[in-house]
Amino acid sequence: MDKKMITIYIDDKPYQVAAGQTVMQAADKVGFRIPRLCYHPKLSIEGACRVCIVELEGARNFIASCAYPVADGMKIRTNTPELRSARRDIVELILDNHPMDCHTCERDSNCELQRLAYSMGIRKRHFEGEMKHYEKDVSGVAVIRDPNKCILCGRCVRMCSEIQKTSVLGYAHRGFKTVVMPAYNMPFRDSSCTACGQCINVCPTAAFLEKDYTQELFKKLNDKSILKVAQCAPSVRAAIGEAFNIEPGRTMEKQLAAAIRRLGFDYVFDTQFSADLTIMEEANEFLERLQGKGKLPMITSCSSAWMKCLEQYHPDLIDHISTCKSPMSMQSAMVKTYFADKIKRDPKEILSVAFMCCTAKKYEAARPELEVNGMRATDLVITTRELAWMIKSAGIDFLAIKGEEFDHPLGLSSGAGTIFGTTGGVMEAAIRTAYELATGETLLDIEIGAVRGLQGIKEGKVVMDGKEIRVAVAHGLGNAAELLDIARKDPNRYHFIEIMGCPGGCVGGGGQPYANSNSIPLDEECLMKRAEALYTLDRNKTIRRSHENPDIQRLYKEFLGRPGSPASHKLLHTHYKQHFPVGIIPESLKQQKPAEPANK
Amino acid sequence: MPVSKYVITLCDGPSCMQKRSKQVKDVIKVELEKAGLADKVRVITSGCLGMCAKGLIMIVNPGYVIYGNVTEKDIPEIVEKHLLKKKPVARLLIEEDHLYNRFYRVFGDVNFFGKQMRIALRNCGIMDPENVDEYLALRGYEALAKVLTSMKPAEVAAEVKKAGLRGRGGAGFPTGLKWEFTAREKDPVKYLICNADEGDPGAFMDRSMIEGDPHTVIEGMIIGAYAIGAKEGFVYIRAEYPLAVKRLEKALADAKREGFLGDNILGSGFSFDIEIRLGAGAFVCGEETALIHSIEGSRGMPRPRPPFPAQSGLFGKPTVINNVETWANIPVIILDGADWFSSIGTEKSKGTKVFALAGKIKNTGLVEVPMGTTLRQIIYDIGGGIPNDKKFKAVQTGGPSGGCLPEKYLDTQIDYDSLAAAGSIMGSGGMIVIDEDSCMVNMAKFFLQFTQDESCGKCTPCREGTKRMLEILTRITEGKGVDGDIEKLERLGNMIKKSSLCGLGQSAPNPVLSTIKNFRVEYEEHIAAKKCRAGVCEGLVTYEINAKCVGCGACKRVCPTAAIAGSPKTVHVIDQAKCIKCGMCFKTCKFSAITKK
Repeated sequence: MDKKMITIYIDDKPYQVAAGQTVMQAADKVGFRIPRLCYHPKLSIEGACRVCIVELEGARNFIASCAYPVADGMKIRTNTPELRSARRDIVELILDNHPMDCHTCERDSNCELQRLAYSMGIRKRHFEGEMKHYEKDVSGVAVIRDPNKCILCGRCVRMCSEIQKTSVLGYAHRGFKTVVMPAYNMPFRDSSCTACGQCINVCPTAAFLEKDYTQELFKKLNDKSILKVAQCAPSVRAAIGEAFNIEPGRTMEKQLAAAIRRLGFDYVFDTQFSADLTIMEEANEFLERLQGKGKLPMITSCSSAWMKCLEQYHPDLIDHISTCKSPMSMQSAMVKTYFADKIKRDPKEILSVAFMCCTAKKYEAARPELEVNGMRATDLVITTRELAWMIKSAGIDFLAIKGEEFDHPLGLSSGAGTIFGTTGGVMEAAIRTAYELATGETLLDIEIGAVRGLQGIKEGKVVMDGKEIRVAVAHGLGNAAELLDIARKDPNRYHFIEIMGCPGGCVGGGGQPYANSNSIPLDEECLMKRAEALYTLDRNKTIRRSHENPDIQRLYKEFLGRPGSPASHKLLHTHYKQHFPVGIIPESLKQQKPAEPANK
Repeated sequence: MPVSKYVITLCDGPSCMQKRSKQVKDVIKVELEKAGLADKVRVITSGCLGMCAKGLIMIVNPGYVIYGNVTEKDIPEIVEKHLLKKKPVARLLIEEDHLYNRFYRVFGDVNFFGKQMRIALRNCGIMDPENVDEYLALRGYEALAKVLTSMKPAEVAAEVKKAGLRGRGGAGFPTGLKWEFTAREKDPVKYLICNADEGDPGAFMDRSMIEGDPHTVIEGMIIGAYAIGAKEGFVYIRAEYPLAVKRLEKALADAKREGFLGDNILGSGFSFDIEIRLGAGAFVCGEETALIHSIEGSRGMPRPRPPFPAQSGLFGKPTVINNVETWANIPVIILDGADWFSSIGTEKSKGTKVFALAGKIKNTGLVEVPMGTTLRQIIYDIGGGIPNDKKFKAVQTGGPSGGCLPEKYLDTQIDYDSLAAAGSIMGSGGMIVIDEDSCMVNMAKFFLQFTQDESCGKCTPCREGTKRMLEILTRITEGKGVDGDIEKLERLGNMIKKSSLCGLGQSAPNPVLSTIKNFRVEYEEHIAAKKCRAGVCEGLVTYEINAKCVGCGACKRVCPTAAIAGSPKTVHVIDQAKCIKCGMCFKTCKFSAITKK
């Protein structure tokens, strides 16, 4: 990076700024806040919305400050009458082609366009005319797409192709008819979308949303004939406070249990319990593979977006994937078997609801191979955002409610289960247990710094029984693809790989609260604070290793036998198969002889 | 080039092809056979000769006589009279006399050609574009040999800079300077692109150049590659130009075979190769960064500059991108020198410019004139003026994003700066003449419709703003304009011009802003008086039946809405409330009894 300092003039005053940055970055550092819309610091520069235009002396036209590099002596104006008028008109033009249904919109009061329009002072419309009209795509089980709300800032397209590297979304058509869609305008259900929901996170409006199951849930919560059982993922507690205007980083674990119970649930369990269960199975599987029963490196399978990504883009690695179900699905499986037995209820009368930070879990819950005894294991998946709304809608004062504990027998968790919610957490938890299973000794230094933090790809090693175990962690599907390429080139480099589909792991999930007015979506600082909240929870627990969780021990004793037992395999393990996105024929199949046409 | 006493050059550009050039060629062969001249007469099918209004065009030597409007039926007479009896067929002559002098020898005496100065088009029409030997005979690849044997790369760029050649794609950036910027970059991999994505409606300069003289473009590119140190080049050409693509492919293969292209060109140690990339017909792909994205395999959408392609272009490498016409000028500059080239044209715009003349003008077609020629000279001396003695109203230069200039600008010299000062642009060379029968509001609407359709949809001002402008224009032409509409158009237009991401958006409002500036009164008439003086805007036309009506009832019968009443042999009446202004009655009446207002 160019560290040279140069002088630029903003609104006639000189400022010393570092060379090699954009006008917007430089202006931000010296106390300006040029209005902006399509810009996102983690994504490439689009320069599309033109809201951040400024005047550059000597230039014929306005320049986009997000894209234009600073130069020594340049004279910028940010607030001339002509600029103000142009910016205002640009934002109005966006509004003029945007549904005027703010009051009933899911993003009302948390919409970047709304905020921008307010700050531009648009009180009157000048240019109203034809508006776009598209069908809303509600075909997907997890993510729905409403092109009418799309303002073509391109953040979702860039997120999908640059961070997730799945390139599901792209532009189609031209001019006024330009629209963002999956290839061939395929319904989302059939597209290669992994349901990670990051498009929802970065969208400034409501062009992408999770599929809403709250009404269905409210209805069922009033049904006396069914037993309502909830589970709540680790990172929900680390982020839900933000939906109630609390600074990121404060956990709301006990309030959450209390609020969910007050919504009408009979039992409130913790997904962290089954995270511990996952570790038991996964650590066991890893040690088996290490002894030659199965392929190495072993890759984790907890992240639902990653499951779909794997089947579509990395089918060659299916044998490397842990067969363990995700904690959510393990928990639901236990609810409908072990727990149902215990309370002597017909599992068909149990409604299993998962509160998740994730949109892709909605997709996972619908995967047919995860059914238990012919029943759907997880009946409904509700995101953190939906849950926050349900709490508000039900008239619960979330900030004042007295905290409660999770229920037994599926509610007690170790610190290892807690840190599942952040990138590196599964790895760390697995090492804590695998080490002890393999060596018979307790791992004393249990905080494994190498796998913590927001670096895209992290590597670490542990010595177990004199053998060096090399591990790697990637978060975000783009980083995952990069890591897997390294592993493909050097098959002996790693023994164990953790992959999470979302940036930051589950704390950055597609179902987490929207960024508020002072932050940007997926702000790294915010992700770090959410992760830190989970690490703090872990640190404050006496039980920090999954195998020490007494309820887990009881579950094995009473029901499953031992990790990897036939009962475990039936209920806690699954399988994956290659699933090519529509329109994509892999090279290996192309070389095969084409089948003779049947109607010849 | 084989010297032959008898040569028939037949234009087979798309326009002439529609006029059966293929069939005519077949008849020529039959007739030559009959006359026993089959092995004496060379029949060449050339690329577009540019004189499309008079197509099918045929040039016959001896005499280099140009015949126009030739059909199959005329061939026996041409063979008999011209070839056997050595007498021109007077009725088919384009002008009263035949022509002499090598290039100008061929074309000089015809007003259409004589007032032109053909540098970029120098070989178009006098050689077989599919025969590399003919190009060589016209000093082809001599400039390349000169460059490779006696000039350093920096000297080549300096020579082009000294010549004062500016980019012919529209923006007019000095070509030599662009090359120097690229050459200066440290990256060892550099690319070079020829922009042949000609998308302006009615423009066909690039197509004709490639169809008529593909080797000139290739030679220009190789010289450019040597100057900047590129090893690979691309021609990005529209897939809608099949003949041009075919000729280019042939020319590239020939050039490679002859050692002008590929490894170790002419034994100099310099290597360069060219690939063709077909565009899918998006206007915006003529914008350099969009074009680069398209070659890279992405959707053709522009990106903000800087960095300019000279710093970071194709695949992130330093890239020179020039238009076809720019490349075609390079070999001449090298052969005849920068001093000669810069003696042509005006102070800041050197050389010539090719224009595609279209619209209400007698000689539609392709013309190349020195910079500094006035609009009047092009329109009246070369273009032959307006047909049917109609009155000139405006000329639109620079394609759909240029401006409309009224009569008072007719003596404007054509160069980048004068046209810009007058409120239009040079653009890539479209020139559309508008007469009194055209409505300026409608005209502006037409061009804006085009740019709105072709907007890539990336930036807000262009995507949304041009749509709103179009809506306002549409309502004005439908008689629904309201007070304040002109001001809204100006406000939006100026904002879009200054705020858009790329050249398409920045110039899209030009037709509207320039017509408001120069023909504001027409806008006001449409809005306030609900009147279209040209009678073009259907919503504003009124049809009335006058006293000449004989009561034949023909109008009544064709009226689709039964808006006309009247008994036989009495004057009929149109019910204005029912009239949908389709104009059927006007077209049907044989007694001029219907007035259009």
